[in-house]
Amino acid sequence: MNDRLAQYDLPDARGHFGPYGGIFVAETLVHALDELAQAYERYRKDPAFIAELNDEFAHFVGRPSPIYHARRWSDVLGGAQIYFKREDLNHTGAHKINNTIGQAMLARRMGKRRVIAETGAGQHGVATATIAARYGMECVVYMGSEDIKRQASNVYRMKLLGATVSSVESGSRTLKDALNEAMRDWATNVADTFYIIGTVAGPHPYPMMVRDFQAIIGQECIEQMPQMTGRQPDYVVACVGGGSNAMGIFHPYIPFPEVHLVGVEAAGDGIETGRHSASLTAGTPGVLHGNRTYLLQNSDGQIIDTHSISAGLDYPGVGPEHAWLKDSGRASYESATDSEALEAFHTCCRLEGIIPALESSHALAYAARLARELPRDKVILVNLSGRGDKDMPTVAERSGMVV
Amino acid sequence: MSRITAVFERLRAAERKALIPYVTAGDPDLGTSLDILRAMVAAGADILEIGVPFSDPMADGPVIQRAGERALKNGVGLADVLSLVERFRQTDPDTAIVLMGYANPIEAMGRDRFIAAAARAGVDGLIVVDYPPEESVDFAAAVRAAGLDLIFLLAPTSTRARIEQVAGLASGYIYYVSLAGVTGAGHLDLDDVLHHLEVIRELTDIPVGVGFGIRDGATARSICTIADAAIIGSRIIQEVEADPVHAAARVGHFLSEVRAAMDQPATNAA
Repeated sequence: MNDRLAQYDLPDARGHFGPYGGIFVAETLVHALDELAQAYERYRKDPAFIAELNDEFAHFVGRPSPIYHARRWSDVLGGAQIYFKREDLNHTGAHKINNTIGQAMLARRMGKRRVIAETGAGQHGVATATIAARYGMECVVYMGSEDIKRQASNVYRMKLLGATVSSVESGSRTLKDALNEAMRDWATNVADTFYIIGTVAGPHPYPMMVRDFQAIIGQECIEQMPQMTGRQPDYVVACVGGGSNAMGIFHPYIPFPEVHLVGVEAAGDGIETGRHSASLTAGTPGVLHGNRTYLLQNSDGQIIDTHSISAGLDYPGVGPEHAWLKDSGRASYESATDSEALEAFHTCCRLEGIIPALESSHALAYAARLARELPRDKVILVNLSGRGDKDMPTVAERSGMVV
Repeated sequence: MSRITAVFERLRAAERKALIPYVTAGDPDLGTSLDILRAMVAAGADILEIGVPFSDPMADGPVIQRAGERALKNGVGLADVLSLVERFRQTDPDTAIVLMGYANPIEAMGRDRFIAAAARAGVDGLIVVDYPPEESVDFAAAVRAAGLDLIFLLAPTSTRARIEQVAGLASGYIYYVSLAGVTGAGHLDLDDVLHHLEVIRELTDIPVGVGFGIRDGATARSICTIADAAIIGSRIIQEVEADPVHAAARVGHFLSEVRAAMDQPATNAA
């Protein structure tokens, strides 16, 4: 297995995944990124750091997360067997905590007492506020004012945890603008502040570092799947916004050529309507938020407004390693609409007794589509990246109810 | 010799410093932008920095962000900015022009196509905020080949090795960002700027302009006791924002005062 992994060693020293990734930031941030890359290089191999991270995973997050056979849903579909990697059972309700613990531990070792984060749906903000509370750090979370309206309960959770939620009024007032604002804060307060990016995007070393912290998801699956099914899955399916949960489960599987990796983007109202967030499916390469990747942009190179029912997928870019996996053909990328995701959401609730996050529901929607076309002996592993408690108001509103 | 280098040579001979104002193209509209550019020249500007609107201006503070948003609402893109330069050039062959913006609009147009179009329109230099030197080697060569200057930013956090790297690629002038943060932030610390400029000057002969935090004639004057140029952005946008209809006159008036302060004989300095 180590031999197989040795064949894939991206990114290069400057953060490139083929033509993607890199460090595209103003000079004010270059030194901070160098400092971060050096610190990460030092601690990623440090046995004490790794031991502490594993201890946090076990006792604070509740890892390893189980794998669950969605037997009833698989039976109803009549094709391949669907399994869930239960990241929804993590503390704080999603995979985001895996990464925030890793970065907060790094911040502590670098002597930074203040952490900042951007958030869309609020899951990464909650995960950052959580670890900041646990480590006694000051925490500021940037969130677009549109998202604050959509995700009131997560805003309240962050405040309960002692974080300051800073409303972002610029641009489209969503996740991308929150990221801009967090970058500006970092450039201004770089001496005492650590920026905890929540996804596998941003300038190097973030895409690599966030991937590494999230790779625990796939690493566990590689151990767990043979125990449950006698072998590795035929398909690994995960939703992709920025792409951290997908990269976390994909990356350890890259050296297994027999395992198909499928990322599922948010098609919103439908790719053809232009109201979606499917950067890999419908975007073109460009430079945003410190890296080169696929972007949703107009012919002038302006980033366009995106749409998805799930705030966590509502992002016009995507992690550069996904761009590379797409071009290289190692992973393929599909999409699911708002309606398809909602249908999968309801089915999962009723057939499996699990309320999935709307983000993860996109992966479920595609998995259900795929399962129907495959024979019963095939195995699909879906990363159930988060739970849907936060989405109650959105789903209720769609159903004409108020909660 | 590039137009920018010529400006600095001429000023050095006259023992004067360069005044470099910035304005976002298309705020409040392209016609007013042209008037503002002309008013800036009339007020004594030596080099004009024209901001290219971008939807995600990560390195800009709220004032320049708002200017960009207003311009984008008018549908102003990179091609419009180039047309603006072309129109300006029809009546002003001498003042140096620098476009300042972000990488993505350039890449959307195509790097080579953009460089050729910029040279044709009469642009003299480029600042691409999110193209650091290690991502710009090919771009820098193409820009140079077209006879344009590529201007890089240096910051208080830039290391010696970094300054050397930038010095190897930069031409025209170096834009020293006087403080950690975004455009329009705080006020600057002269001693700190002096210290960093000494290090930069040890490593390169390229003129150094200082920006971020210059708000009036007095700060421009003191910065020019140590720098080759004072760069003023957010403070000018505030004039535009305060009264878009009379933007050109207001900007001209403000810059005349700055110019006068910069040109005051040294003996009169406090």
